[in-house]
Amino acid sequence: MSAPADRIASELTELPVDRSVTMTEPNRRTGTPSGAGIDLEGVGKTYVTDAGNVLALKPTDLKIKPGEFVVLLGPSGCGKTTLLRMLAGLITPTEGVITINGRPLFNERTEQPSRDALGDLGFVFQQATLMPWRSVWRNIALPLETRGVKKAERRERAEQLAAQVGLSDFLDHRPRALSGGMQQRVAIARALAHEPSILLMDEPFGALDAMTRDNMNEMLQKLWMETGKTVVLVTHSISEAVFLADRIVLLSPRPGRVQDIVDVDIARPRTLDTAKQDRFNELVVRLRGQLGEVSA
Amino acid sequence: MATLTSSPAVAAAAVRPRRRRLKDSPALLWVTTPLLLLAFFGVWKLYTVLFDVSPLLLPPPEQVARALWDLLGQDYLYTALYFTLYETIVGFGLAAVVGIALGIILGRARVLERILSPFLVATQVVPKVAIVPLFLLWFGFGATSKIFMAAIIAFFVMMQNTILGIRSIDPGHRDLMRVIQAPWWKRVISLDVPSSMPYVLTGVELGIVFAITGAVVGEYLGGNDGLGALAVVMLSSLRTDLLFATVIVMTLLGFALYAIVAGIRRFAIPWHESSGRTTSL
Ligand SMILES: Nc1ncnc2c1ncn2[C@@H]1O[C@H](COP(=O)(O)OP(=O)(O)OP(=O)(O)O)[C@@H](O)[C@H]1O
Ligand SMILES: [Mg+2]
Repeated sequence: MSAPADRIASELTELPVDRSVTMTEPNRRTGTPSGAGIDLEGVGKTYVTDAGNVLALKPTDLKIKPGEFVVLLGPSGCGKTTLLRMLAGLITPTEGVITINGRPLFNERTEQPSRDALGDLGFVFQQATLMPWRSVWRNIALPLETRGVKKAERRERAEQLAAQVGLSDFLDHRPRALSGGMQQRVAIARALAHEPSILLMDEPFGALDAMTRDNMNEMLQKLWMETGKTVVLVTHSISEAVFLADRIVLLSPRPGRVQDIVDVDIARPRTLDTAKQDRFNELVVRLRGQLGEVSA
Repeated sequence: MATLTSSPAVAAAAVRPRRRRLKDSPALLWVTTPLLLLAFFGVWKLYTVLFDVSPLLLPPPEQVARALWDLLGQDYLYTALYFTLYETIVGFGLAAVVGIALGIILGRARVLERILSPFLVATQVVPKVAIVPLFLLWFGFGATSKIFMAAIIAFFVMMQNTILGIRSIDPGHRDLMRVIQAPWWKRVISLDVPSSMPYVLTGVELGIVFAITGAVVGEYLGGNDGLGALAVVMLSSLRTDLLFATVIVMTLLGFALYAIVAGIRRFAIPWHESSGRTTSL
């Protein structure tokens, strides 16, 4: 077998296929929710640009419970990234209030995000945003550096995470040597490094092939079930949304607003077979109809 | 007929891999540089013979070579070389510290940059040679005036490139540092410095060459020390061959300093595309 083919093969087989855990655990959740609750009241955003104002998100109300898995679903340009970036304190809403665990995220006077409210936050950007001068493992361990974790421990944690996303063979490579999908997996590992209580993910699997994507979805569900993080994930994919979400927030096209919130009442752990269930397909069909309706 | 048409293709296929290897290999320069130099000296010699040029205007290459050999045996060359090197390095160091620091500050504070830019540009559009007498007046005929000359010429490129480097930091990386709640010093060490390093090093590569120019120009126009002053002495004693030899020494000095800085680049930023290639001036 040639070297690249070898690599691909090892990549595919090394993905987390540890389904035994999910099979033997009939209960819904093993971990108690360690995540934080997020409250949005009338949160909206208008971008002010030279070319005029852009209303990206109409005032939105949303309550996210601690440990809940929420998926934001909507067509391109409907303000999903905008919403997520506001939750991360990266941009300031032009109206409304965001509170995390009861603490207001933005200081009303300075409009700066408060460190206390943010707590530990993991963010997977729409682009991988790896640092090209750092090796893979040092990219993964970056969030640990600001938290004073010793080097040996950082390396160990990075190895563990790399194994989880199927990149054990690439720890000492530079990001440039990785494919787009592999880079995105490094970015996911990095977001998990410091065990954040809130995980915000902006189309984390958009660049992956269908098979890897399924594997990553299962990994994410397992991780979430074990740790009880609060997860807010953005996606274009209806089936991915149904597979992962406790609740799906359906956004309408520009200007974005919440069109519907759908509870996904399918038992966990969900597996690839779940996609064959009637309830799963019902939800997919319903959501597809709603998405088609709004874009028509 | 068929064999005739196919043979060029076969020949091309056989030759191409080797040629491509030579094109990409660093050995290429070891072959072409001596050849080009040889051609250059050939044309030079031919010109002096054919047109019977006076050695006072253009000495033939072998005379310059002899002069260079003589010069290399003289103590005063090394005194001058040391002087120029000292002025260049101190001036360059000064320019690097001020230029890079100012570049970092101005790269961050756009308003400040806009306010200061007319003045910074003014320091560059003033014909530098015209300031030398002023520097001589202020700092005397010793090394200080040349150091400032070297510094003022070298500082601008380093500042400009640093500003560019800071501006070119990926906004995604900035967001990342905010999301992981990195304190400002962590952001400087882990993002600002490595990310702008390729730009800063480009500035430094140009800066060292500019610094040596500044020092030599300063020496030309005033004072008795350094390679520039030595060139003036050669000229006034009508030793054109030695003047040429002095210029060659200056060139070699410039080459050596540039090579050191370019070597640092390869060592400091192995991850960057530019490593392995040197900037063309
Ligand atoms: N920095 C900005 N300045 C001005 N307008 C912006 C900015 N960022 C986003 N917008 C506008 O806000 C709207 C929502 O953008 P956003 O990036 O949130 O969409 P999205 O739902 O994430 O889309 P996609 O699925 O394509 O990533 C778009 O119309 C976009 O043009
Ligand atoms: Mg987006």
